[in-house]
Amino acid sequence: MPEAGSREAIGVEISRVTHRYAPRNGAQVTALANISLGIPRNQFHALLGPSGCGKSTLLYLIGGFIPVQEGEIRTASGLVRGPGPERGIVFQNFALFPWKTVKANVLYALAQRGSRGSEADQRAQHFIDMVHLTGFEGSYPAQLSGGMQQRAAIARTLATDPDILLMDEPFGALDAQTRRIMQEELLGIWRASRKTVVFVTHDVAEAVYLADSISVMSARPGRIQQRIETDFNNRNDPGILRNPEFVDTVEHVWELVRAEVDATKAGRAAA
Amino acid sequence: MRVASRILPVLLVLLLWEGSTRLGFVSRAALPPFTVVMQALAGLVADGSLWANAAKSVPRSLVGFAAALVVGTLLGGGMALSRPFRTLVNPLVQVLYPLPKSALIPLLLVWFGLGDTSKSVLVFLGCLLPVVLSTFNGIAGVNEVLVWSARSMGASRAAVLWDVLLPAASPQILTGVRTAIAFMFLLMVSSELVIATNGLGYMIGALGDRGAYPAMFAVILVVSALGFAADAGFQAMSAHWLRWRE
Repeated sequence: MPEAGSREAIGVEISRVTHRYAPRNGAQVTALANISLGIPRNQFHALLGPSGCGKSTLLYLIGGFIPVQEGEIRTASGLVRGPGPERGIVFQNFALFPWKTVKANVLYALAQRGSRGSEADQRAQHFIDMVHLTGFEGSYPAQLSGGMQQRAAIARTLATDPDILLMDEPFGALDAQTRRIMQEELLGIWRASRKTVVFVTHDVAEAVYLADSISVMSARPGRIQQRIETDFNNRNDPGILRNPEFVDTVEHVWELVRAEVDATKAGRAAA
Repeated sequence: MRVASRILPVLLVLLLWEGSTRLGFVSRAALPPFTVVMQALAGLVADGSLWANAAKSVPRSLVGFAAALVVGTLLGGGMALSRPFRTLVNPLVQVLYPLPKSALIPLLLVWFGLGDTSKSVLVFLGCLLPVVLSTFNGIAGVNEVLVWSARSMGASRAAVLWDVLLPAASPQILTGVRTAIAFMFLLMVSSELVIATNGLGYMIGALGDRGAYPAMFAVILVVSALGFAADAGFQAMSAHWLRWRE
């Protein structure tokens, strides 16, 4: 396990973060309780847990989209105080600008970083080619399938070259086949770029397949129940999904998640 | 085929109009035949009165409409973006919304006189609320992940307003603008009917008072055609701007 302590090795450092919110006409809810988590630089980390465990909230806190109430979150660029271009994000529902074409979406992201003209154009084309959208540069998002929209969103985020890639159930809205292909492609992109990735999912096999390390989160209040290190993402084995060791790990992690799901049910029944 | 299916109902109505008046089913005093109305229209075009009055009505209405677009977008956007501003403005909007704007005509006469200003102000007030409400609802309804995306790319808050919020809200804003166009014609004519010495609405009233019904119908047809053309043109422009939608 890599040391998370040294400054250079920091990808994301979360210290004692607690987050509460008050729903309209409801009692205050503690979404996250005293979360501490270190994600080393260049690691692919999965946040795994049942729905309502606050894993997306934690991701949005890292992104700086919602303010940190208690505790602190640091990256190599310092304390997180708001959104920043060193932290790129990919959302479940793509969040492409629907009024812009695929290429205009990527170019917009590049323009925010001061890149314009033919240099930006070449760079945009490079990432569009990389996610296999060559020929769809002039298409509007509404004209593309879900998988293609997510590829465009990934190209847009990668084009700005963020240090940290935040992914909020990015394949959750896709059909099973497309999801599988997108997982393979993401792994290929990650191996080539070795960005720090924080990947939110409730799909156990997806987490085990993609991640270096997995945080299993408990349901409300969200806590990190257990951290698991894996290395299946570094094995160049096309049959990895049938590898007994992989299957056992998925089963083991699933048991942990199931315990949390059951606990949530019991909690609801008691309430 | 599509063009034919649109024109056919209009032709049928015109035929029915002409036939029923010519055959005496409808009194000519109540409804002059279409062809007679067209002759009257030719007369109004020839003596220049139609053009002269349209040249009064249209500019002063457009002034009120344009002011409503600018002020309405600002008010609606401000309400969507600032809670204190919304608290301040919302009661006024709620009170003004159900008020029939034509009820203000006598008051505006006292305040702004017989000239262009009273009509421009009335059109402004009538067009304002649809724009305010559609802009407010449009911007307030923008999915926040679009804003977050832009912010995470490095866009400033001000840039997000122009680059994300306005285009994302544009389908709803344009719907409000379309309603405002209809209100513009409505209030243009009704204000000129009540307080004016010129304009298309004034013509309708004055010709009616004189018993010149074919000419009066001709002006009514002209106003309808103007409204139809404005709406159709605006719809075509909207479709072009919103071509990114499915």
